[in-house]
Amino acid sequence: MIDDALIIAGIEFNSRLWVGTGKYKDFAETKKAIEASGADVVTVSVRRVNIIDKGKENLLDYIDPKKYKILPNTAGCYTAKDAVRTAMLAAEAGITKLVKLEVIGDEKTLFPDNEATLEAAKALVKEGLIVLPYVSDDPIVARKLVDIGCPAVMPLAAPIGSGLGIRNPYNLLIIMQTVKVPIIVDAGVGTASDVALAMELGCDAVLLNTAIAGAKDPISMAQAMKYGVLAGRLAYKAGRIPKKLYATASSPIEGMIGN
Amino acid sequence: MTITLNGEKKQMPDGITVIALLEFLKIQRQRVAVELNREIVKKDLYGTTAIKEGDSLEVVSFMAGGGFEF
Repeated sequence: MIDDALIIAGIEFNSRLWVGTGKYKDFAETKKAIEASGADVVTVSVRRVNIIDKGKENLLDYIDPKKYKILPNTAGCYTAKDAVRTAMLAAEAGITKLVKLEVIGDEKTLFPDNEATLEAAKALVKEGLIVLPYVSDDPIVARKLVDIGCPAVMPLAAPIGSGLGIRNPYNLLIIMQTVKVPIIVDAGVGTASDVALAMELGCDAVLLNTAIAGAKDPISMAQAMKYGVLAGRLAYKAGRIPKKLYATASSPIEGMIGN
Repeated sequence: MTITLNGEKKQMPDGITVIALLEFLKIQRQRVAVELNREIVKKDLYGTTAIKEGDSLEVVSFMAGGGFEF
């Protein structure tokens, strides 16, 4: 759907489904699932190179950075300082200026620390990075992030890996009306209907990982997610009928057989 | 000399440069980023940046991970 491309900071994205690379059985399965999902954006973490086991395969041997847009994340960072350090290293690796900024506030919920996220975003925007922040479904924080130069925001649907789906569709709607940048729902979706709902609401894209990688059959779920995004996006653009309490007949009354 | 590489003590030849260290470790420099004593080393300075006794290095790359991952 090139005519419906998503553009963020001048970068054209051909898929509205973005996927993570964690929790797969092996790199071969990761590759297959990503191919089946049709995603052209994959998020990766930034970690120490394994210097003991040098023969170990690298993810980028399977996920070609020429074919996919690599979105490094700052997953696992609990302070603005650590997130900035990680993001700057990711940028220095030389593949992309994009970063999915995550500053986690709590181990149990993995909810973002919005205050620290703002602080880190400010520093990274100043350094010229394209900062896509993972954030609570809070319109005020979303607005503040856009004000400091984030070209998109990534509100959560539910806690990371929870599979609970869109917990607060109304907040997402308010975010969409509050900021004029793309909204990418990040984290918490469980299945294809969750993804479709996010897109029907008018969100611009969905990023997920566990819902595919943790499914019994990740490859089939990746396909389901692909269709969920497409169906939801089409439905959004088509414009749904309003909800009404009572029935409206869809067959004409005229010409009915009489008594 | 002893340096700390990705959190572990390692013996390296005196005055080894960043580029020589990466070659020694058989690490493709295109896909990594390097920190020397918490300062990022720009790729074009790998050849001229010498590592000293007691220095601490971080060599990172992109790994699997979606949201929170260890």
